[in-house]
Amino acid sequence: MAKQGVDPDELTQPFWDAANEQRLVIQNCVDCDRLQHPPSNTCRDCDDGGALEWKQVSGRGTIYNYGVVHDCPVRLLQEDQPFNLAVIMLDDDPGIQMYSHLPGVPVDDVPVGAAVEVIFEPSANGQLVPEWRVIDG
Amino acid sequence: MTTPTAPDSMYRNDEGLGIWEHRGKVAAVGVGHAPTSRRWDGRPETCVGAITIDALRKAIDDAGVAPDQIDGLVVVPVTTTGAFWEAGKPLPMDVIQSFNQTDDPLDGIAKLSAEWLLKNMPELTNVNFTMYGPGCMSNALNVTAQAVGDGLTHTCLVVKSWHNFEGRYYQGGANAGAALPGTPAITQLWGGPASYSTALQFAEYCRKYGKTHEMMAPFMENSRRNGLRFPEGYWAQHRPEELGPEDYLASRWIAKPANLFDNDIPIMMSGAYLFSTAERAADMKQKPVYILNHASSNTRPRSLLPTLDEVEADTARTGRKIYEGAGITADDLSFENMYDGFSLFHQFHLEGLGYRGIKFGEALDFYQTDISIEGPNPVSPSGGNVGSGRSRVWMHTDCIQQLQGRAGARQVTGVKPEVGVSGGPMPLGGNYTVWSASPD
Ligand SMILES: [Zn+2]
Repeated sequence: MAKQGVDPDELTQPFWDAANEQRLVIQNCVDCDRLQHPPSNTCRDCDDGGALEWKQVSGRGTIYNYGVVHDCPVRLLQEDQPFNLAVIMLDDDPGIQMYSHLPGVPVDDVPVGAAVEVIFEPSANGQLVPEWRVIDG
Repeated sequence: MTTPTAPDSMYRNDEGLGIWEHRGKVAAVGVGHAPTSRRWDGRPETCVGAITIDALRKAIDDAGVAPDQIDGLVVVPVTTTGAFWEAGKPLPMDVIQSFNQTDDPLDGIAKLSAEWLLKNMPELTNVNFTMYGPGCMSNALNVTAQAVGDGLTHTCLVVKSWHNFEGRYYQGGANAGAALPGTPAITQLWGGPASYSTALQFAEYCRKYGKTHEMMAPFMENSRRNGLRFPEGYWAQHRPEELGPEDYLASRWIAKPANLFDNDIPIMMSGAYLFSTAERAADMKQKPVYILNHASSNTRPRSLLPTLDEVEADTARTGRKIYEGAGITADDLSFENMYDGFSLFHQFHLEGLGYRGIKFGEALDFYQTDISIEGPNPVSPSGGNVGSGRSRVWMHTDCIQQLQGRAGARQVTGVKPEVGVSGGPMPLGGNYTVWSASPD
């Protein structure tokens, strides 16, 4: 599925740069050593807003949940309707979620709980975007 | 006069705060609603500012209060249903020139300031307290109750309005663009519709407890039935159609398992109330409805979307806060009017409250029993957003009208209307009010 392009901004430049190198990085608080996603400018758990670093994660996860999108607000995705939209939980920290269209998985036939691994797919402007595929077997 | 946004200190976010210090000392008296419509037709007399003035004047009349007795105004400044005035679109000068405008030409058209309202309601000569309650009427009600209790105002109007423009919901702007900035891209590239998060929580709920989407049908039918008895609502005014199980279950998916009817219809509307101290309210035209408590939650999910565990923990906490501050238990509720837009999360609110003793995973079974306004266990007697369109206001109006005994064809008959609860929006977070026919 062709996604809209991405224009990295100051906050997310490291995330998108890493994606272009086919690496998945997630924000981590140096003070409380806790991952957070989506990224923000300060740690959401430390009262004084702990300092943040970008930490490379394994790129393994499981399918936590999914829905099937039939009426999508994003124009570019409308030609692919209906499509799966799943939430992946990272093995590194099952509290951290990422979205996936689950390329290759039939619509509404999603194996909840299955193991997945990150892949990187080009978006409309060539920026690589993390996606997830089911690990066979 | 600059209008501040309500400070955090006005909300009751924590457990263990004890009985609300103003319990029974603040009352709602007057109710005012403007006619609803699907979208703005471009006329000055139907712009969001105009319908807001209409609703406010009706609330004042309803309470039987002279406008110069009013000293407070709480406003929700955001009025969008998801429709925005596109950048570069010419301004509607005929509309702008019909009002006393502020520095912002879209004030009264695509947003609402307290300043705009006061400039266009010259009869409000003595308002010296204004405040913004962000987001929803549920929030603004908490602010109003606290402000009256704290003595910041003794007779206060509170209003929430919605505008809706031509064009499909949320489909303009960034969603039509070739690229997204990096930060929103992390959540928006995948194209989840507004109801997606709720749909996923519902899917997880169904898997965990062995329930199905079909089990929502009696709730939807009941909500529309109640909505059609809400003369102020959109469906009653414009499309008086029942919503039986066949029609509900045959409708198209938006984000499966959320279908079209699980998504409330965006409309233009305005709803207003007049609040006062219990003392002053005693002399007004309508029976006072006393506020026993207000409670809030500012919980956020750990990551992208709230999990079922996060939702259940927070609704349970919210239930405890609601009861603690009001000094009541679930057994004291005559009815519940928790939020329902999207319909697929109403059960989370019900279970968090423990309404009629139901526990996690039991609400959809409860929906298969008598939940009508004639029965002993009324669910959403307002009909909510399902029954009357997107406003997040009907639930509050209904609590007031039920307890005043003037809910008309919607009046609950299977229970004595003594205490009700309303609020939302989402089950994680939100603002809630406990209403009572008696101050103690
Ligand atoms: Zn931290």
